[in-house]
Amino acid sequence: MRFRSGLLAACAAAALALSVGVTSAKTLRYANQGDLKSLDPYTLNETTANAHLGNVYEGLTKRGKDLSIQPGLAERWEVLEPTKWRFYLRKGVKFANGEDFTADDVIFSADRVRATGSNFTTRVPKDAKFVKVDDHTVDVILTSPNPILNSQWDTWYIMSKKWAEANNSTAPTPASAQTPSFSSLNANGTGPFKIESHQPGVKTVFKPNAGWWGKPEHNLTEVIFTPINSDATRVAALLSGEVDIIEPVPIQDIQRVNSSPNAQVLTGPELRTIFLGMDQTRDELLESSVKGKNPFKDKRVREAFYKAIDIETIKSRVMRGLSTPSALMIAPELFVFSKDFKRPAYDPDGAKKLLAEAGYPNGFEVGMDCPNDRYVNDGQICQAIVGMLARAGIKVNLNAQPKAQYFAKVLKSGGYKTSFYLLGWTPGTFDSHNVLYDVMGCRADGSNRGETNLGNYCNPKLDALTDQVLVEADTNKRNDLIKQAFQLGFDDYGYIPLHQQALAWGVAKNVKVAQRADNSVLLYWITKD
Amino acid sequence: MLAFILRRLAQSVAVLLSVAIIAFAMFRFVGDPVNQIVSLDTPAEQVEQVRKDLGLDKPVYIQFVRYIGNALQGDFGQSYQFRQPVTKLLAERAPATLELALMSALFSLLVGIPMGVYTALYRDGFGARLFQAVSLIGVSLPTFLIGILLIYLFSVHLGWLPSFGRGQVVKITENWTTGLLTISGIKALILPAITLGLFQMTLIMRLVRAEMLEVMRTDYIKFARARGLKTRAINFGHALKNTLVPVITIAGLQLGSIIAFAIITETVFQWPGMGVLFLKAVQNVDIPIMAAYLMMIAALFVLINLFVDLLYAAVDPRLRATIRES
Amino acid sequence: MTETTAQRKETSMLARAFDSDIWHSFKSSPITMLAAFIVLVMTLAALFAPWIAPMNPFDPAQVYLMNANIPPRWLNGGDPQFLLGTDDQGRDLYSAILYGLRVSIFIGLIGVAIACTLGVTLGLVAGYIGGRVDSLIMRIADVQLTFPAILIALLIDGIVRGLLKSAAREDIAFGVLVVSIGLAFWVQYARTVRGSTLVEKGRDYIQAARLVGLPAPLIMIRHVLPNVIGPVLVILTINVGLAIITEATLSFLGVGLPPTQPSLGTLISIGNRYLFSGDWWIVTFPGITLALFVLSINLLGDWLRDALNPKLQ
Repeated sequence: MRFRSGLLAACAAAALALSVGVTSAKTLRYANQGDLKSLDPYTLNETTANAHLGNVYEGLTKRGKDLSIQPGLAERWEVLEPTKWRFYLRKGVKFANGEDFTADDVIFSADRVRATGSNFTTRVPKDAKFVKVDDHTVDVILTSPNPILNSQWDTWYIMSKKWAEANNSTAPTPASAQTPSFSSLNANGTGPFKIESHQPGVKTVFKPNAGWWGKPEHNLTEVIFTPINSDATRVAALLSGEVDIIEPVPIQDIQRVNSSPNAQVLTGPELRTIFLGMDQTRDELLESSVKGKNPFKDKRVREAFYKAIDIETIKSRVMRGLSTPSALMIAPELFVFSKDFKRPAYDPDGAKKLLAEAGYPNGFEVGMDCPNDRYVNDGQICQAIVGMLARAGIKVNLNAQPKAQYFAKVLKSGGYKTSFYLLGWTPGTFDSHNVLYDVMGCRADGSNRGETNLGNYCNPKLDALTDQVLVEADTNKRNDLIKQAFQLGFDDYGYIPLHQQALAWGVAKNVKVAQRADNSVLLYWITKD
Repeated sequence: MLAFILRRLAQSVAVLLSVAIIAFAMFRFVGDPVNQIVSLDTPAEQVEQVRKDLGLDKPVYIQFVRYIGNALQGDFGQSYQFRQPVTKLLAERAPATLELALMSALFSLLVGIPMGVYTALYRDGFGARLFQAVSLIGVSLPTFLIGILLIYLFSVHLGWLPSFGRGQVVKITENWTTGLLTISGIKALILPAITLGLFQMTLIMRLVRAEMLEVMRTDYIKFARARGLKTRAINFGHALKNTLVPVITIAGLQLGSIIAFAIITETVFQWPGMGVLFLKAVQNVDIPIMAAYLMMIAALFVLINLFVDLLYAAVDPRLRATIRES
Repeated sequence: MTETTAQRKETSMLARAFDSDIWHSFKSSPITMLAAFIVLVMTLAALFAPWIAPMNPFDPAQVYLMNANIPPRWLNGGDPQFLLGTDDQGRDLYSAILYGLRVSIFIGLIGVAIACTLGVTLGLVAGYIGGRVDSLIMRIADVQLTFPAILIALLIDGIVRGLLKSAAREDIAFGVLVVSIGLAFWVQYARTVRGSTLVEKGRDYIQAARLVGLPAPLIMIRHVLPNVIGPVLVILTINVGLAIITEATLSFLGVGLPPTQPSLGTLISIGNRYLFSGDWWIVTFPGITLALFVLSINLLGDWLRDALNPKLQ
């Protein structure tokens, strides 16, 4: 009897301990479509990787829930002259291994991020000089004014100089590393979390960083991250309660998740713009029935293509309502005058008429390149477009393939071998200049302008405006210049913007998250009941 | 026998070399690895720098010679994606795949052989016909669909088994982890093993049945019957034993299928094995992983085929002479 | 015993096929007759798809996105125009299945025919001649086995995409797939046939035929082949299904046939995406069609195997 009661007491105690353990230990299980491939913050510039590492590392700036620029490791900064910025660093900040954070770390990181092998070299201007004023003050001296100098510094993560030196990691882990890199398997940041264990492509465990300088907004004690590549499996894992957060939820499964008792989907607009581009540079298209001339050089043909596409049906059927049809090559969140632009209406008859005027009354044949595993429902969007163009008389030979083969064909390194393609673009700087320069600028040898302008839409007037945008410091004037530039592209039908896709996170009902429009799942804003 | 094995080993080297040559000739069609390493807005000079650093600006044959040179020293390069030695990545992932392949092979043999024997012995019975028809479902639907359906039923609907991963694993050595020692590990193994083994199970069942039927009609069995041996002894001692030659061949060959379909099964169940690693490598044009994986599979096949040939000799004495001959 | 067996070998396979015994075994097995009926109906339906199907799902101009994901006619929200509902692009599922079946049967049959011819020939030669030829063929097989079907198709697909302009791509996509499957599957036949040939080779009747001075190819085809064909037929029938499924898997991985010309497998992999969302018909009807076809082919194969096998008569 005594034995039994003793046993009971032990059981009760164990149960109590267990339940206490359950209530106090908040383990968040998070699954994403993509792997966390490297922990080195300069290796791969990709939203998911940046978000993961943003839990562990910090930049001089941070971005808030609304993407506004906020102080990070720099408490404040001022522009002393148009070409000289001063950053005042936060005091009392320690790296996860206990070292103090100082100006030396910033200068070291500025060198490292621009070194060969870094994927983030554009974060800091090539010729910017970093000068240590004292342990907690750094000056940045530029060769030309740059009003958006720190716009991307929230993902330029500061690394510890001493740690990197001690671990033979002073060079960014280049893609071509011949020796295993310490910094791609280990992390030492100043952020709210640290990495407990990391098996690339399998599992990563985060633990809160007790010595973090800020006040935690999360209540997690552990985060287990697992990549789940297959859409259906990821959704199943959420529905069965095996994970608490998944990103992304395939849009066709949103309803199913929302109708389940234990999870829901948070959706919001994303910043990436999906658009169609046309080869406007070759004298004869690579893949077309039209010989001896390039139909896309004729603005009427581009306009016809534009008007033949019924974007609202794509929105309602392919995107299930989760897209924002766009008239511009940039998301409305990123440019204040976006609402002044309206898409020309869907007009299949007008499209046919335009084609006839351009000399193609019976249409023509053209090849189209499309990724099928890169953007939300990209393959289906392309198929839908093939059908819509078919009714305007254009026979599109669709070449939908995985991103590896797609990019190998259409990008500069592949010789821009495309006549008509679908692509998505998020300006890394969250600023219009990036779009105007990289995607809408004329290609030229010896310049980086227009490198992602795969069809080489070219209007020199637009380029001139783009150059003014870069150096204009006055916000209103700058916005006006941007608007003029976008108007040129709009009038030329240089591109056919389709929409901004939506982001969709599946979240267990007992978990609260802050969903940022750049699709970063940031652990430090997550609470779990 | 020794000479036979030695000759086969020499041939194996030739096989491995050919695999490497073919693989290298094909890789450049899978995509451009550099695009997967840099991002869309990386300046062109840097893109070219990366290409140079990786030696991808060199002609394919130089890349090949360099690769073989390093491989001979045991260096299979670094994964482009993970910046880790490929050998280490493969070693870490191997236990998961081996465990899965082993369990699914066991499942297919333990279920397939008895079902094959049963359907052969009672070939016109209702049960046998039912088995035969039902087992065909395993070869009538794509693996990915079967996997998703199992997940839907057992994970989402019933909540009995996990939908992804290996569960809790126990570390045995530095690189060797096993899920067989924990309950969650074994539970995690069930669905993927069935998904992967279903196809082999059907194949083995049908083969055993076909061979059994044939052997049962031979004079040899008729003799045994005439001698008054017990049915059970005839069925299992004589008939089954004689069906094993083709079954061994196929079962050995099926390892290829198991590996090929493990790629899909592992993807569906997010099983952290070599199949997922390989598929991701294909998608990301991670040439070092692809090359090392193919070489490893080639080595595996060479070994298995050697064993199968030797086993032939052990099971079927008539073959011994032939092997000695060759 | 030897004599009677040898005698039986002399009767040609063709003559045996029309033997009344076979016809009898066919008539006496209702399941076989049902299977034959299903295969026949499906093959005919696939063959005459352009005349039977209400619309041409391969013509993008006839496909309206507005009609996407409509449930079957008898369900709430169904449309009388679409008997089995529509897929995610608004293709009539019934038409798409008919056209898709056509593509799939083509891939399955031709792909496997290539694999089987190649494999059986090489297997016979390897097993019968032996020695260096055997070693060479079997080592080539080893190389081949290293590249699973999916990978071969991935690679060949990549090569063809790289070499051809897109206009021609759709037309030859079938060819690519068929060749990939043929290349990927031949080893299984070769190894099986070789194994059985090694056994048969030692038998008295073969020795006898050799002594008589019959040429090797004749012995291989007329005497060895019929006796090793049993396992081959089993693999063959399973492989027809496997070939179709491999194509489905490829389209699951995002390669393979052009999405504008879906095969049965493509439809299944499209439907797979809509399993959780409640649009079950997209995967179910093509899935049932595929399963029925593969099942029937296999049942026919079983019967054919028993009927053609001299040892079972």
